[in-house]
Amino acid sequence: MTQSQPLTKAHAKIFVHRHALVTRITHWINVLCILILLPSGLQILMAHPAFYWGPYGSDRDRPALEIGAQETDDNALKGFLRIGGKTLDTTGYLGAVKDADGEWHDRALPYWATLPSYRSLALGRRWHLFFAWLFVANLAVYCLVGLANGHLRRDLLPTRKQLNPRALLADVVHHVKLQFPRGEAARHYNPLQKLAYLGVVAVLLPTVILTGLTMSPGMDAILPWLIDLFGGRQSARTIHFIAASLIVLFILVHLVMVVLAGPINEIRSMITGKLKIEVEAGHEPDRHSAP
Amino acid sequence: MSRIVIPRRKFLRFSALGLGATALGFSRPADAWTFEELIASAQGLTYRAQRALGGRHSMAREFSAADLSPDFKVNGTERPDTPEYEALLADQFASWKLRVDGLVATPLDLSLADLRALPQRAQITRHDCVEGWSAIGQWQGPQLSEVLSRANPLPAARFAVFHCADFLEHAADGTGQYYESIDLIDAFHPQTILAHSLNGAPLSVGHGAPVRLRVERQLGYKHAKYVMRIELVERLDTLGRGKGGYWPDRGYEWYAGI
Repeated sequence: MTQSQPLTKAHAKIFVHRHALVTRITHWINVLCILILLPSGLQILMAHPAFYWGPYGSDRDRPALEIGAQETDDNALKGFLRIGGKTLDTTGYLGAVKDADGEWHDRALPYWATLPSYRSLALGRRWHLFFAWLFVANLAVYCLVGLANGHLRRDLLPTRKQLNPRALLADVVHHVKLQFPRGEAARHYNPLQKLAYLGVVAVLLPTVILTGLTMSPGMDAILPWLIDLFGGRQSARTIHFIAASLIVLFILVHLVMVVLAGPINEIRSMITGKLKIEVEAGHEPDRHSAP
Repeated sequence: MSRIVIPRRKFLRFSALGLGATALGFSRPADAWTFEELIASAQGLTYRAQRALGGRHSMAREFSAADLSPDFKVNGTERPDTPEYEALLADQFASWKLRVDGLVATPLDLSLADLRALPQRAQITRHDCVEGWSAIGQWQGPQLSEVLSRANPLPAARFAVFHCADFLEHAADGTGQYYESIDLIDAFHPQTILAHSLNGAPLSVGHGAPVRLRVERQLGYKHAKYVMRIELVERLDTLGRGKGGYWPDRGYEWYAGI
């Protein structure tokens, strides 16, 4: 797997060991979990498509954000998104959506966005709660192994040099110009990449899991301080949705970066563990720099 | 400890096979779960985990009067549509009696006055609906433990079943009458009460007059309204469609602590 293939006299392409087996397995289990948690979460949201701040909130408590539908004088359905005092017409996207037969329905979210596609809070919860367990178990394995073998510290924690403002700025410029690291620099994550991954692993995922836990009245009795941390149950529910939205944003950026950096090489590296990089010929240091 | 509707044998096999392998469909023995059963199994895990984490004695948060919701939403049945209930309502529940029977040594018939004469508990708690909304209200009534201990439960009793006056659905198989059930851990929990008032006033019809269950560490659908009869049973599979409640019979978790 690691034979070098000289291109020119000056350059060679070699495979380096990029991702440890545990990283690869937990990554793909994570993909499976997220692919189910997001649409099943939207199914649950559809049962009460409104967000509040504070410990309580229901219909008459003025949601901060609300999706709904109204019937117009000529019996047409109009979907709306109300945020603060503003009301946006979202007919066709939110509130009032068409099914596969072109019929209009009073439904907060489009059919493609929910699991199952038809309305079933009971099934949405089943999928969501099962895969939430798997998601947490998977993250626990990733973190424990990552702490034990040094992956988190060595590969995700930015070095002091990387956190230097000038280095960070240079990395921002590289990203804006879509210049991807080559040669030796490709062996390691760049500073923005480290900060993004660390932000997801250390901030977003714990937030989405802990706010998810506070949705459970049983857990609220066991850990009352947790729900206080998020300002009450309806605040926690809102934060759960915001954190999930930020995870979607991360995934979109992550996928764009994979495509721009070379999708075959990048995806292959997350399956086989080996990443192909270009190095100067005759200069092939050890190939196990970043497991 | 294993008071749960999910068979323990299957749960253990599930654990032994390993979450990942089973989820991906590897090495399924002939009588293994269907996928639907598999994802439903998370309920057993949640129940065991919450009970193990001190769930037997942990208390739901109690709030102050300043925290009350200005509006407490009415959900589910708004008014039971049976002549029997209309008759009870007409004389303001003067002839209403709560029947306590099943696996008890001393069956009871308690009037509203009897329930009000028992030691009372008032609690301001947050009601979390499975749909996602919450409301805070003050509930008052006798602890269920006070009522059950007067009925002298038999050792075989494992669940308390609440039979209600309302039909949420007039289903062809006759199962549309509302009912719910809880284990005896929740039944004897100090915050589990038979509430006859909300925010200092007798329960409105919408909120379950004359009496509704409050089981504060579970979601709203467990808090049966219009309770007519409490039955102690050993198993739940002989009731309704066999899952221990109106909504559990329709795909929702029996254990609604999550």
